[in-house]
Amino acid sequence: MSNAMPMRELKVGEKAKVVAITAIGELGRRIRDMGLVPGAELEVVGRAPLQDPVALRLTGFTLSLRNNEADYIAVERV
Amino acid sequence: MSKEIKVALAGNPNSGKTTAFNAITGARQHVGNYPGITVDKKEGFTTVGDNKIHLIDLPGTYSLTAYTMEEIVARNVVADQRPDVVIDVLNAGALERNLYLAIQLMEMGAPLVLALNMMDEANKQGMKIDIDKLSELLDVPVVETVARTGEGIPSLLEATVKCAAANQGKKWEPLAISYGPDLDPALDKMVALIEKNNLLTDRYPSRWTALKYLESDDEIMQLGREIHPVSAELEEIVKSVAKHLESTLATYPEAVIADYRYGYITSIVRQGVVTRLDSAADRVALSDKIDSVVTHRFLGPLIMLGIMYLIYQVTFTFSETPVGWFENFFGWLGETAEANMQDGLLKSLVVSGVIDGVGGVMGFVPLIMFMFLQIALLEDSGYMARVAYMLDRVFRFFGLHGCSVMPFIVSGGIAGGCAVPGVMAARTLRSPKEKLATLITAPFMACGAKLPVFLLFVGVFFEENQAMVMFLLTMAAWACALIVSKILRHTVIKGEATPFVMELPPYRFPTLRGLLIHTWERTWQYIKKAGTVILAISILIWAAMTFPNLPADQVAAFDAQKTVVQEQIDTANASGASVEALEEKLASIENEQAEVTLKNSYAGSIGVALEPVMSPVGFDWRTNIALVGGFAAKEVIVSTLGTAYSLGEVDPEDAAPLAERIAQDPNWTPSVAVAFLLFVLLYAPCFVTVVAIKQEANSWKWALFSVVFNTGLAYTVAVAVVQIGKLL
Repeated sequence: MSNAMPMRELKVGEKAKVVAITAIGELGRRIRDMGLVPGAELEVVGRAPLQDPVALRLTGFTLSLRNNEADYIAVERV
Repeated sequence: MSKEIKVALAGNPNSGKTTAFNAITGARQHVGNYPGITVDKKEGFTTVGDNKIHLIDLPGTYSLTAYTMEEIVARNVVADQRPDVVIDVLNAGALERNLYLAIQLMEMGAPLVLALNMMDEANKQGMKIDIDKLSELLDVPVVETVARTGEGIPSLLEATVKCAAANQGKKWEPLAISYGPDLDPALDKMVALIEKNNLLTDRYPSRWTALKYLESDDEIMQLGREIHPVSAELEEIVKSVAKHLESTLATYPEAVIADYRYGYITSIVRQGVVTRLDSAADRVALSDKIDSVVTHRFLGPLIMLGIMYLIYQVTFTFSETPVGWFENFFGWLGETAEANMQDGLLKSLVVSGVIDGVGGVMGFVPLIMFMFLQIALLEDSGYMARVAYMLDRVFRFFGLHGCSVMPFIVSGGIAGGCAVPGVMAARTLRSPKEKLATLITAPFMACGAKLPVFLLFVGVFFEENQAMVMFLLTMAAWACALIVSKILRHTVIKGEATPFVMELPPYRFPTLRGLLIHTWERTWQYIKKAGTVILAISILIWAAMTFPNLPADQVAAFDAQKTVVQEQIDTANASGASVEALEEKLASIENEQAEVTLKNSYAGSIGVALEPVMSPVGFDWRTNIALVGGFAAKEVIVSTLGTAYSLGEVDPEDAAPLAERIAQDPNWTPSVAVAFLLFVLLYAPCFVTVVAIKQEANSWKWALFSVVFNTGLAYTVAVAVVQIGKLL
């Protein structure tokens, strides 16, 4: 898992796989509810005009979350 | 045999659940509130053959935790109302994530029917779903639907009726999936304890309760503690499992549970249920393309500004005509009553209290309708989520939400709005703290009713720079709203920002039926709920400005004066002399009487009593009464000032005589005028807005807070302005 990195560092257009979710409580729950669990594949499809939040493409839908929320998600590029 | 089947409709937000609800029930639906919270309670009816179906629309949720009101409502309805069948509407295109809720419903044990909605889109995406296989593996009926066109709805209802018949009188059979070697033993131990002590077993399956303990679900644990001491034992088990997980896997039970649920879903879907052929022809991909323009770094904000401006224009321009009809109608009604009723209290009550009150309530209806129609359009099309997405960074800084922009703009963020529909626009905000801060600060905006007051004073004191000052007032409103939000979110509405994690639903054409139903139900709620309260308060305000009556001797004195002048007019008329001067004299006596009557009323007494409090701001009793009257509606400030200055009824649109009087009054220095302008901008919202705030926050406490806090703020700002003015 040497190439695990925080999701914030992904650039628009990059694809990655979730390695770990470290958020707890409500945020952790919300992230998991949306299908962001270890193994899920995603692609960064856009960023808001002020670079935050970020838009992610998952299987069949698009999701957005803030950079400081993305910090709880470790990913590796695929 | 005819029997009522109780059916609950569950599903993720954006799964087409509401469309399905409308397709099933048509106009036969009813919207209310769950007691004590702002979650809408929608119910509807339909018949299938001999069976009457009672459909309960659960709030759209992704899960069944205790983190949001919506999720608590959804699971409580299932647990307490014991529906015969639960229909779960799934967005077929995102099947895996949508099944996450279905699994949780199955764990509760309710007989389930899955509606695989938006099958047309899923097919276009190149996605194939083997319905029979899915149904077989999950052991629940599965029906394909396209709720927008109504396709598949009859088969869905048929399957529902069949499912109800098959499960009638049977015990619910909750699904039990494995949660792995760490949790399963603990679960078994907890289930044994729960069953031995009958902990909540009348409401929830024991395994479900055990899972909720492992998820540290506040609501269930609270319930458990109140009912039985065994709760402590369960919590001990959870603690030791959590400790073990943390030390061995660096994770915690909640995360493990979610992982295993998704694992279970994946294991089912991978058995040939779903095949994705070609992701290039993806509908979501098309949506992403639209987003590359609509949320573009430069184009995005420009397009958004344009759309906001358009909504504002449409709301206030298109509603002008119907508002005019209402005004004319109630004006005519008032005049008719005026002409046909005997002078006296009853007439005054009917004309100034009831007719004006009902007219006031109805006058807002076209505004509210047009605004909700457009908001429904933005929400149903998917654009609203983009607004939140683009503005989140800015508004988050002030403790607000991207969606706060809508209430601000409609309230008068573009001068001339109205805080009543503005406050109601906050309904799109799903984060409670951000919503509350928005509700309290949106009324600062320069609404249309404040404008005549501003125009009057700006005309008198800033003749040279009228446009500039008006613009500065609008900017001051924005600055105050944002800064005060930030302060509130660090004090009385303190707390972490609600997680933003939000779906960006694909763009869709809204259905006309959906738009009309949304608009109608929200407007009707306003008329029904707010309307009655508003009418009651307007009668109260009428009473405060009418009672107590002027003492009889004073009335007699005025009458005597009037009789004298009237006689002089009569003689002058008889001799053919000019009566103009005399009639003016008569009018001025009447105006003086109106002034004295107003000063003598409760509202007047309040104004006089407030003089010592308001003296640091430089307001006299006249201004104070006008401000008290402004609580009814801000434009009343102008007409009340007119009465207080003995000018009779002043038309807010044409207040030239009043402007002259104010210009001559030495009390009105420029700094007092600025203080007054800011005071009017910031002080208590009009009571119609207060009632709307109560409705949206579902609490009189916060509605009252907005009155007291905003007035306190206005006072502080006004004092500061006057005191600084003295130094300069």
